[in-house]
Amino acid sequence: MMKLSPKVLHNLLFEMMRIRQVQLAIESRYLENEMRTPVHLCIGQEAVAVGVCANLKNNDYINSTHRGHGHYLAKGGSLRALIAELYGRESGCSKGRGGSMHLVDAKVGHYGSSSIVGGGIPVGTGMGLAIKMQKKKNISVIFFGDGAADEGVLYESINFAVLKKLPVIFILENNQYSVCSHISARQAGENIFHAMPAKLLMTKIVNGNDVRQVYDGVNNAVIRARTGRGPSFIECRTYRIRGHAGCETQDVAGYRTVGEIDSWKELCPVASFQKKLLKNKIITPNEINKMERKIENQIKDAFDFALRSPLPAPDTLPLYLFNE
Amino acid sequence: MPCGRLFPHRIRFLFIFLMSKNMLRSETKQNIIEPSFNNEVKEDKRVLAYHEAIREALQLAMSQDRRIFIMGQGVDDPDGMFGATKNLHLQFGRERVFDTPLSEGALTGISVGAALAGMHPVYFHNRPDFLLLAMDQLVNHAAKWSYMFGGAKNVPLVVWACIGRGWGSAAQHSQALQGLFLHVPGLKLVMPSTCYDAKGLMLAALADQNPVLIMDHRYNFNNKGLVPPKPYTVPIGKGVIRRKGRDVTIVAVSHLVTEAFHAAQEAAAYGIEAEVIDPRTLKPLDEEIILDSVAKTGRLIIADCGWKTGGFTAEIGAMVAERGFNHLKAPIKRIACPDLPMPAAYNLEQAYYIGKNDIKNAILELAR
Repeated sequence: MMKLSPKVLHNLLFEMMRIRQVQLAIESRYLENEMRTPVHLCIGQEAVAVGVCANLKNNDYINSTHRGHGHYLAKGGSLRALIAELYGRESGCSKGRGGSMHLVDAKVGHYGSSSIVGGGIPVGTGMGLAIKMQKKKNISVIFFGDGAADEGVLYESINFAVLKKLPVIFILENNQYSVCSHISARQAGENIFHAMPAKLLMTKIVNGNDVRQVYDGVNNAVIRARTGRGPSFIECRTYRIRGHAGCETQDVAGYRTVGEIDSWKELCPVASFQKKLLKNKIITPNEINKMERKIENQIKDAFDFALRSPLPAPDTLPLYLFNE
Repeated sequence: MPCGRLFPHRIRFLFIFLMSKNMLRSETKQNIIEPSFNNEVKEDKRVLAYHEAIREALQLAMSQDRRIFIMGQGVDDPDGMFGATKNLHLQFGRERVFDTPLSEGALTGISVGAALAGMHPVYFHNRPDFLLLAMDQLVNHAAKWSYMFGGAKNVPLVVWACIGRGWGSAAQHSQALQGLFLHVPGLKLVMPSTCYDAKGLMLAALADQNPVLIMDHRYNFNNKGLVPPKPYTVPIGKGVIRRKGRDVTIVAVSHLVTEAFHAAQEAAAYGIEAEVIDPRTLKPLDEEIILDSVAKTGRLIIADCGWKTGGFTAEIGAMVAERGFNHLKAPIKRIACPDLPMPAAYNLEQAYYIGKNDIKNAILELAR
């Protein structure tokens, strides 16, 4: 395992806690029916977003999915603009045109997320092509789920990325479910890309609930991409604690057992990392409390900002179709 | 008697080969000078073939703008996309003009991503039929990106495809799918009909910062026309009157503009003067040029090389019925391909396609 400074470790914990608390805050107010957009919560998957993005620079690109709040926040996307977007406000990151599934913050290299499963994979690959053609030093990281790994466009995109040796990292965030369909009902076995020769495509399977494993695995891939040695494919194995969309009470019963969910709750990436840092005396309970309060304040500020922002004016409906 | 009885197998093959060479020459290799449209060329009377006009546009744009690159299966092959991209890789290098895997879905997404990250791709397809494999990226992604993110990012992208016709190309190699794309907000849809416009609209598409789909037609590649060497753009969203007339308005698309022009010339012998309008871009559409003409003539024929139902003729018919109903003196006539897949047999092809005579008959019927 790589040696990381306490500052970096604190930051990993802080970012995970922040994503978790934001998700819980959204969930707690979701049934008020004021956030009228299908939220896909990433509770239980925070280590993937944080472990990956902690390796990235501001000008690196990410491409995200319908379950993208965590990726957006971990890459540095504005929290105020996220919450305002969920409330459909003009001050939202997509000016209320995108909703929960279409987040963007161009200032931090997040150029928009697609809710077509697999749709962002070639887009992120193309951003890698642009980097290579422009002879720049940044990289393009693509988050996608196990559902997207069912799609043929993944094969097409990886083939192209390998063919052109693009600075692209494919992050398969395997949470085991696509809506209610378990991966075992959809895929024939281990993902076939793990069988690619390492020279062409570096691949790795990491525990997606362990932020250190994710961080270390991606670190190698980032070095590889930045030094022009081509793409990598990293599978982060994790679990979707909540249902496909909406809050906990809206998850439909019957497609998985309560025992299965509970056993994964035991493997909570935030709590386990917190425990580890406390045990190794890298952080104190007081410092954790301080982090919690800081996050609470940020969340309060973001919700206040969203709720006092105006809705888009109806006469702005036709705007933004084209850039003229 | 089937030729199999007369010739041994090998000779029969040769016979078919020679026949096909001749047919090809007469069907697609012949260069026809475009009709003398009242077009824009005033000073420089240089004549170029259609593919040379497109090629020159790409060459000029790429020399000026480092962001522009060309991709697509076969763009660097000896034929170079019917000549439109021929040898450009020699001038600009294989990094800017490159062959692609057939993966139309991913490659369209890759072009969208490259556009988002500061490039301006031109993605060539030799047939629109293959665009169907790219529908997700064209419709769900390219067309949505600017609007969906409140204008935060836009997609400067040109996708080019050429409608096939003839030589038994059949149901999956000759579809004219502009009607499908016309339905989608967020895509600009361009269909040139002259060499001058092929160059000017390509340059306009490359000056545009949005996804532009150029739907070309194989028959346009038979043409030669006046093309000035300098760079110029033809505005997207502006139609042109190709022939002035007082009795009937014909709105025709792509190669049917030429057909409509000849039909109108022949109808003139009967004392009927038809006005031929070339919209040049289907979306955005120059509605006013059509409405102004219908206000004068009171009669409307719409000719499109796509299918009738839900297509361009339906859209123009509805638009005129909605905005110009009071000017109409007779029912609108639509000339389009029948709602059937394209058959292969030569005589069925002839029965399927529409052209000059259909338009001429419609003129005579309407003006009777």
